[in-house]
Amino acid sequence: MLLAKQAAKTRAGTRFSAWLLASIALLITAVLVGTMIGPAGPQWWRVPLELANRLPLISIDSGVTSEQWNIVWQIRMPRVVLAALVGAMLSVAGASYQGVFRNPLVDPYLLGVAAGAGLGATVVFSLKRQTTQNWLIDPLPLAAFAGALIAVLATYLVGTAFGKTRSSTTLVLAGIAVTSLATAVQTFVLQRNNDVVRQVYSWILGRLSSATWSDVRLILPYIVFSSTVLLMHRRLLDVMRVGDDEATALGTNIRRVRLVVVLAATFGTAAAVAVSGLIGFVGIIVPHTVRLLAGASYRRVLPLSILLGAAFLVAADIPSRVLADPAETPIGVVTAFFGAPFFLLLLRAKKTQT
Amino acid sequence: MSTLGFCDLTISYDGVCAVKSFNDILHSGEWLCLIGPNGAGKSSVLRAAAGLVEYSGSVAIDQKEIPTTSARWRAQNIAFVPQTPLMPDDMSVVEYVLLGRNPYIKHFASESARDVEVVEKIFKRLDLEQFSNRMVGTLSGGERQRAVIARALAQEAPVLLLDEPTAALDIGHQQQALELVDNLRREQGLTVVSAMHDLTLAGLYADRLVLMHQGLCVASGNAQSVLRSEILAEFYGVSARVHHEPDGTVVVIPQRSTIN
Repeated sequence: MLLAKQAAKTRAGTRFSAWLLASIALLITAVLVGTMIGPAGPQWWRVPLELANRLPLISIDSGVTSEQWNIVWQIRMPRVVLAALVGAMLSVAGASYQGVFRNPLVDPYLLGVAAGAGLGATVVFSLKRQTTQNWLIDPLPLAAFAGALIAVLATYLVGTAFGKTRSSTTLVLAGIAVTSLATAVQTFVLQRNNDVVRQVYSWILGRLSSATWSDVRLILPYIVFSSTVLLMHRRLLDVMRVGDDEATALGTNIRRVRLVVVLAATFGTAAAVAVSGLIGFVGIIVPHTVRLLAGASYRRVLPLSILLGAAFLVAADIPSRVLADPAETPIGVVTAFFGAPFFLLLLRAKKTQT
Repeated sequence: MSTLGFCDLTISYDGVCAVKSFNDILHSGEWLCLIGPNGAGKSSVLRAAAGLVEYSGSVAIDQKEIPTTSARWRAQNIAFVPQTPLMPDDMSVVEYVLLGRNPYIKHFASESARDVEVVEKIFKRLDLEQFSNRMVGTLSGGERQRAVIARALAQEAPVLLLDEPTAALDIGHQQQALELVDNLRREQGLTVVSAMHDLTLAGLYADRLVLMHQGLCVASGNAQSVLRSEILAEFYGVSARVHHEPDGTVVVIPQRSTIN
């Protein structure tokens, strides 16, 4: 009996390792393809050769000129890395939010991150954008980041002030109220500044096109910190799956866990939104795909969401560059356009399987 | 050795009193059963002991007041089985039972070899081994109940609180579940407080019965003294015959009001 159990246990273990390896392979493939494809630059097959050439101890003549290499390294690479960071962050934040609120439909924008960031960005676009974008530090990501954090802080204050009970419903409702308020203010500001509607709209649809290494450096610490904190809570998120009362009776301080997880997820999401705009859908579709493939335990969902979320957004960014070449298709459109049918197919396959 | 004491326990929800001045004291190995009609306050007493509701008065384990203790300490000392546990369908039974080890695992650590060992022992004891890798959602009512009890036992707590442990079970599984709890309290000296609706079973297994009505304790003692037809008529509004078996078992038999 014990042997059978151990065998089954290792079977689950190997399945998880298999998914882990597959996700890593997928991510590497996506990154490679992402650096190989794009307007201008060297022929696609020369890029991996040159990348290998840049590794220590390896010397290959790839025939890539230094100008072409600049396109790869200064334009494509930061964009790919940024897509990976943002995708990983939105996915792991979405999964964590779904865990602490025990609601599968929740996304990382739940508590007002999106509306707050949108308002912050709108304000910057409306105030002499011509001069501000040439400032030493572009105020756009900072305003979006600050807007997101202020909105979530307001949600938290309102939600905990009126919600005496342990339930998280008041917090979610407060998030909806703050979102509506911020959206109303944003609409008002836009009404008075008709000329920036287009810019704000394209920001809201999300974009990675103007990514630079400095964007990567800007958000990397936040995203590493947030994801680490969330990953550390993966076992506790499993405990929370049995409900607030039972998790408390099992010895978990659910308020503290919820606060820390929400803060970490919000912090990381706000950083991601600040440089990429609002890329929808990733935070819902990736965690659910992982659940369907590898099971619902957060010990598997969180690490796999990070890897697959990164791979998904890097991959989604490729058609967004190529589809309407030379114009950019907003990445939010691509994630929804390809993500939704894929997700439906997956649901269907899972249904026929069981 | 654990003593569970209730002193002048009063619980109200939004100004409405659910439990008024409940007093009792239980020693190691005792089984107290709370009976009474729906809404009498049985679950509230259990939830107060589990640290899940605010109350006035005192509930203490070995003189330690419940609200002054940490959630972790409580979970190491009190295992609570709610009336309708929330069981994630896509969690395997072994994962579910391992949740009971949560109070012994450091915040960011994972289960140790000892935790797995404890759970394996419990699986053997409850004959759950063949279910260990099944998903909780695929279990039958009786199997689910066994999984919940297994999780509670994994807490290795000296006090076990059961809120209607047999409500969803057939007569055979009811007996099985209660026999199991009874054996465990004899072997390990568990202190058991349960809320139950089946009066015959309550009288059969518990050392003492406490009859609650509208938040008040209206009768307490052994089955013979509490399960009397005039008491049941007054507080349950039921017309029932009470039959005494030669071995001391008290059987409550509901009666039809009109006999054709």
